[in-house]
Amino acid sequence: MRLMRVVAGLVLLLVVAVIVLAVLSWRRTIDPIEPPPRTSFDAALIARGAQLEALGDCNSCHTVPGGRIYAGGLPFDTPFGTIYSTNITPDPGTGIGRWSEEAFVRSMREGVDREGHHLYPAFPYDHFRLVSDEDIRAIYAFLMTREPVRASPPDNDLIFPLGFRPLLVGWKWLYLDKGTFVADAARSDQLNRGAYLAEGLGHCGACHTPRNLLGAERSDRHFAGGMAEGWYAPPLTASSPSPVPWTEERLVAYLSNQVTPAQGIAAGPMLPVAHNLAVVSRDDVAAIAAYVAWVIGKPTPERLRRAGELVARVQQEEQAALAGSVTNGQATAAEPGDPALQAGAAIYAGACANCHGAGRGLSSGAAMHLAFSSTASLPVPDNFVHVVVDGITPRAGERGRWMPAFRGAFTDQQLASLAAYVRARFTVQEPWQNLEREVQKIRRSPGGE
Amino acid sequence: MVKLEVNGQSREVDADPATPLLYILRDHLALNGAKYGCGLGQCGSCTVLVDGAAVFSCIVPISALGGRRITTVEGLGTIENPGPMQRAFIDEQAAQCGYCIPGMMMRAQELLEHNASPTREQIKRHLNPNLCRCGTHMRIVRAVSRAAELMRATGEAPASGKEKP
Repeated sequence: MRLMRVVAGLVLLLVVAVIVLAVLSWRRTIDPIEPPPRTSFDAALIARGAQLEALGDCNSCHTVPGGRIYAGGLPFDTPFGTIYSTNITPDPGTGIGRWSEEAFVRSMREGVDREGHHLYPAFPYDHFRLVSDEDIRAIYAFLMTREPVRASPPDNDLIFPLGFRPLLVGWKWLYLDKGTFVADAARSDQLNRGAYLAEGLGHCGACHTPRNLLGAERSDRHFAGGMAEGWYAPPLTASSPSPVPWTEERLVAYLSNQVTPAQGIAAGPMLPVAHNLAVVSRDDVAAIAAYVAWVIGKPTPERLRRAGELVARVQQEEQAALAGSVTNGQATAAEPGDPALQAGAAIYAGACANCHGAGRGLSSGAAMHLAFSSTASLPVPDNFVHVVVDGITPRAGERGRWMPAFRGAFTDQQLASLAAYVRARFTVQEPWQNLEREVQKIRRSPGGE
Repeated sequence: MVKLEVNGQSREVDADPATPLLYILRDHLALNGAKYGCGLGQCGSCTVLVDGAAVFSCIVPISALGGRRITTVEGLGTIENPGPMQRAFIDEQAAQCGYCIPGMMMRAQELLEHNASPTREQIKRHLNPNLCRCGTHMRIVRAVSRAAELMRATGEAPASGKEKP
């Protein structure tokens, strides 16, 4: 009998909790509108919206590669299951064609759709809540004047009970701050603009800040690095592993999808970002670069000295190679004596040195000297494996650098040897651990190959 | 000495293990189907299959290829007895200068071994890494479709992997 009472008590508690949750999570449905005609939007506003959309990278999350733009359906593998991006074309049935501006603002600021359903924070409304009213208005104008596409994304596949959207009200209570961006009077206009763009539309922290168990960004570890889409987003702080420290100019070049001497090119999830920022105003990209450089902070004199030495050594090697006296970059670091690295060395010599070796300089046929590679210096080998296996390709029909994919060429063991060799030969970092197992795991993960 | 399995035959080669496969195929084994177009993995004219996967043979060192199954265009059939891929390319007259063609055929072979009925879009996307300067792309795509049809019709297994003498 006692047990029955306890069970009944628990059931009652559960019912009460569900009712309370239902009440707290209720959001009113905003009435649908007639899809507004394109002519109702001012052309200048739409043009501004285009710039802001590029800053927010809406097209990269809301488009399946090879699919119709903004039509959604891109899967995101999270620790909580798979979430698919929604259709944000102005289609009246399956997109946002019947959303009033008020509904759109609410989705960006509060993560609630027109019908009052809570949205998963894979849509980074915790960043977009910072965006100003005028900017959201411009983005609305832009999206409502795109090509409508009739398409519904697949259903999300989340771990029970996370499919129950009212639960998100708890997450939002804990982690969703209110209010738009507030400029810091102590910072320059440019820094404030950069902060507004990076923390708001740019949502850089969504990848570059580590997340807690509930999937929220850890505000105490802002920009300290994180994993996203199978890639490691490096720290944008004093812990930046870049062998040559980032400067504002180099950040501008990198973010604009240009080849950056001594830094490389954007790859993986940064490729669409750099692609988008290449069409954004130079002032805005400079502001973002200034802000990121400010967060990274000035490099210590020791770091600058080591970087200077590295640049000088590589230059020496380049000159010697051009003069014909050294082949395949032997001078940059002592050739690691470890015989376990021989297999990797042989692969490097035949597969990589042709483009990455010294004496080519940065030209149409040559690639960056790996001593400058931050990818090789990251705490995890994931990015290195992705770059070697998938290569780096510009989007279809676009100009850009191209690193070939070595997908079928190497077994997991060979790839691990190569990674170990590059790590030992070109960086000053501790070796990556358990490489063969890591390589296997990375190649077999979704999006791994 | 490095031992390689090429088109079903075991070949021993006296070369530096760092040598990319392309130069071994052409200079040591007289398998001149694979071509040197750039030497940098940018054009695809050197494409061959390794364990059924298309690779740029100009940037894969033979040190990585011991005990692995290498297939070149010569392994898809002979002049007297062409395989379905070769028959299709002949029937569609898909070659102009012919330089890109062996690479195209090997890349297409990889596709058809995984997808017996690819759409035109899928064929075009799969052949993306291979360049053609003469502009015979349309015929190449038609040839790949035709090869798929031939393979389905004859129920023929894809690449025999055996070089016929």
